[in-house]
Amino acid sequence: MAEAILRMTGIGKEFPGVRALDGVDFRLLPGEVHALMGENGAGKSTLIKVLTGVYSIDSGEIELAGDRVAFTGPLEAQKAGISTVYQEVNLCPNLSVAENVFIGREPRRFGRIRWREMRRRAAELLTRLDLAIDVAKPLSHYSLAIQQMVAIARAIDVDARVLILDEPTSSLDAGEVAQLFRVMRRLKEQGIAILFVSHFLDQIYEIADRMTILRNGRLVGEYVTAELPQVELVGKMIGRELAELERLDERPPARTSDTLVEATELGGRVAPFSLTIREGEVVGLAGLLGSGRTEIARLLFGADHAATGTLRIGGDQVTLRTPRGAMARGVAFCSENRREEGLIPELTVRENLILALQARRGWSRPVPRKKQDELVAKYIKALNIRPDNPEMLIRNLSGGNQQKVLLARWLILEPRLLILDEPTRGIDVGAKAEIQKLVVELSDGGMAVLFISAELDEVLRLSHKVAVLRDRRLVAELPNDDTLTTDVLMETIASGGAK
Amino acid sequence: MKRLAWPAGILVALLLVNLIFTDHFFQIEIKDGHLYGSLIDIFRFGAPLILVALGMTLVIATKGIDLSVGSVVAIAGAMACLQISTLPSQDSIGGVLGAIGIALGLAVALGVGNGFLVAIVGIQPIIATLILMVAGRGLAQLITDGQIITINSDPYKLIGGGYWLTLPFGIIIVAVVLALIAFVTRRLALGLLIESVGGNAEASRLSGIRSHGLLIVVYAFCALCAGIAGLMISSNVSSADGNNAGLWIELDAILAVVIGGTSLAGGRFSLGGTVLGALIIQTLTTTIYSLGVPPETTLLFKALVVTIVCLLQSPAFRAKVFRSRRKPAPPTVPAGEKVTVRT
Repeated sequence: MAEAILRMTGIGKEFPGVRALDGVDFRLLPGEVHALMGENGAGKSTLIKVLTGVYSIDSGEIELAGDRVAFTGPLEAQKAGISTVYQEVNLCPNLSVAENVFIGREPRRFGRIRWREMRRRAAELLTRLDLAIDVAKPLSHYSLAIQQMVAIARAIDVDARVLILDEPTSSLDAGEVAQLFRVMRRLKEQGIAILFVSHFLDQIYEIADRMTILRNGRLVGEYVTAELPQVELVGKMIGRELAELERLDERPPARTSDTLVEATELGGRVAPFSLTIREGEVVGLAGLLGSGRTEIARLLFGADHAATGTLRIGGDQVTLRTPRGAMARGVAFCSENRREEGLIPELTVRENLILALQARRGWSRPVPRKKQDELVAKYIKALNIRPDNPEMLIRNLSGGNQQKVLLARWLILEPRLLILDEPTRGIDVGAKAEIQKLVVELSDGGMAVLFISAELDEVLRLSHKVAVLRDRRLVAELPNDDTLTTDVLMETIASGGAK
Repeated sequence: MKRLAWPAGILVALLLVNLIFTDHFFQIEIKDGHLYGSLIDIFRFGAPLILVALGMTLVIATKGIDLSVGSVVAIAGAMACLQISTLPSQDSIGGVLGAIGIALGLAVALGVGNGFLVAIVGIQPIIATLILMVAGRGLAQLITDGQIITINSDPYKLIGGGYWLTLPFGIIIVAVVLALIAFVTRRLALGLLIESVGGNAEASRLSGIRSHGLLIVVYAFCALCAGIAGLMISSNVSSADGNNAGLWIELDAILAVVIGGTSLAGGRFSLGGTVLGALIIQTLTTTIYSLGVPPETTLLFKALVVTIVCLLQSPAFRAKVFRSRRKPAPPTVPAGEKVTVRT
């Protein structure tokens, strides 16, 4: 086996309250595609940021081609030969392809840019990637896949020895992915080490030679892709979570309680849909990103206006114009977008927690301080919010704890319907399990829950029934009985419910 | 409280500078049952600025800004003087009160207009209020018909130039307004809701806060404060000057808010800080006179001091400049805290 071009040993990185990386070893061989695997929050992006000099490390060491290095910024890492292409293409669509490749380091003579030289070299570079396009045309002229490859061309021109591709395929279609993989194989032949991050397991198995798996900031192991079956890979990625949640794995019996919410042909930014939610029922919404899950939630919460259809809550027909109106009907909505639609970063945990309650009471009837302290103490304890200091600014909490504070904000109102949009995304496994347990408890207590998650396991584990969405259309409503599995759900999503 | 240490320290430093150049600067005496002294003067002449800055604080806390306060000052003064000048007897208390009511009502209506443009129409605050900043001067001139209206009304004179309970009446007005704002924002929940909207408007809406109404109220209140300041200024000189009354006061007010520690990015606000900030600016003006800075350089001098004050306030700047020297415990903070209690 060839000598490693990059070797990271015992890498540790700590953020306030979170140990993001804990003694992680990682190595990259020249001429390989190496997949970095792990769930959200496993430490993948932290590792990449450490490697590219965005973060400094607290412990451990990094060796590049045998020399010990300590980067203080992305530019330094790039100069040493580590180039990164991020998920979103960071180029200027209004400039030409050649300009994009050479932006910031244009070939010059006497201070003037040598345009012809620049175009020639750009074309040469792209040929190296098997790409024959007109480099004088603006970048926006080409598809996203080509743009991605221009970004790669830019990255490898800086004499890259290590190329990091962070989720490059998330916005590409199948043909474009194939094109990208051709380029990756070519670069591999040229001896460049490629670090590849993707959520798509099939792609990993197609392109990656080896993989490193992280879980909770720790190294699980390094494997040769061909020797590790997919099932084992998933098991290693989720690890202890499976065991921890087995208790919840009994399927909840279907509910026969009174109907709480009845949407009939309700539509807006989603195609008209009909859906009923009973008291104490957990209804899962499954579907891909952008399939209309959040849009349904926003319609039921009055954050968006319905264009068609009727909505009945608790038997009364209602027209929701504002979130405030929905709150008055007992609906609460915990957005998936914590930073933009949930947190007030400058305010304390206590203030964030009582915000919805205070909003309902209005400005002239403050929640008495004693009552605030009682409520806050109660929910910090019940949801195990850490650190348990109510006067701390919420922006200093970890993602999972922020999420719990936002949950508590709504639980205080004792809603009849709680809409949870991706409540467990990007938070650590422990907090995830706590939130799932909470959903079960709330449902047992009679609260209806609309549970939205991209993780089908989670949806199946918690829901009484599952509504499946595809392309902004509700395509199926399935009772959660023994015949429903994640495979069936995936098939339904893929086929659009047409059987 | 610690947040106020820096502005308080700066204010004390400025006052000490004055003590060096002016004898008896800290002396306060009672003449004819009225309090007199340089410190009282700073409060008295600073009263309109403090009022405008208090209103501005709430607007800035919502992530907005109100450039139109100077124009509202002129309009309110012009309206009041116009009404009083048409009274059969300018000393009639009822008539003066009516004039004040009409002037302040107009100010509030203009503020509601600002709030409407910002909250409902969705124009950026700096542009929305720029409209009234420009148009308002014209409106003030229309009211005064391009002239300076001079009046001779004793009850009206009281607002800006009179005394009550040995104190200048302006100081009493400021104290009442400050107490009112402090009560409504800190005792009641308005402050939390304003900070929430300023911190994250969309999250606030999704938490059920009526942010549109809140914004309109805040802009209306800011205009009301400017209106009262306008009455004080015109009352002090018993005339209304549509052109020059309240000229550039919006900039001083914004400055006072920023010096007081409220971020232009919205969110957390500090009323005490704003009062200190306004007093710093007023003291600076007084200092310029007592130092005998040549009139043609006063603006430059003022800008220079303000720049230094703002730099001193910035933790990033302090860290950079004083890092090497401030290894032992920082001595300035406790001194500042003591001062905070006094003010």
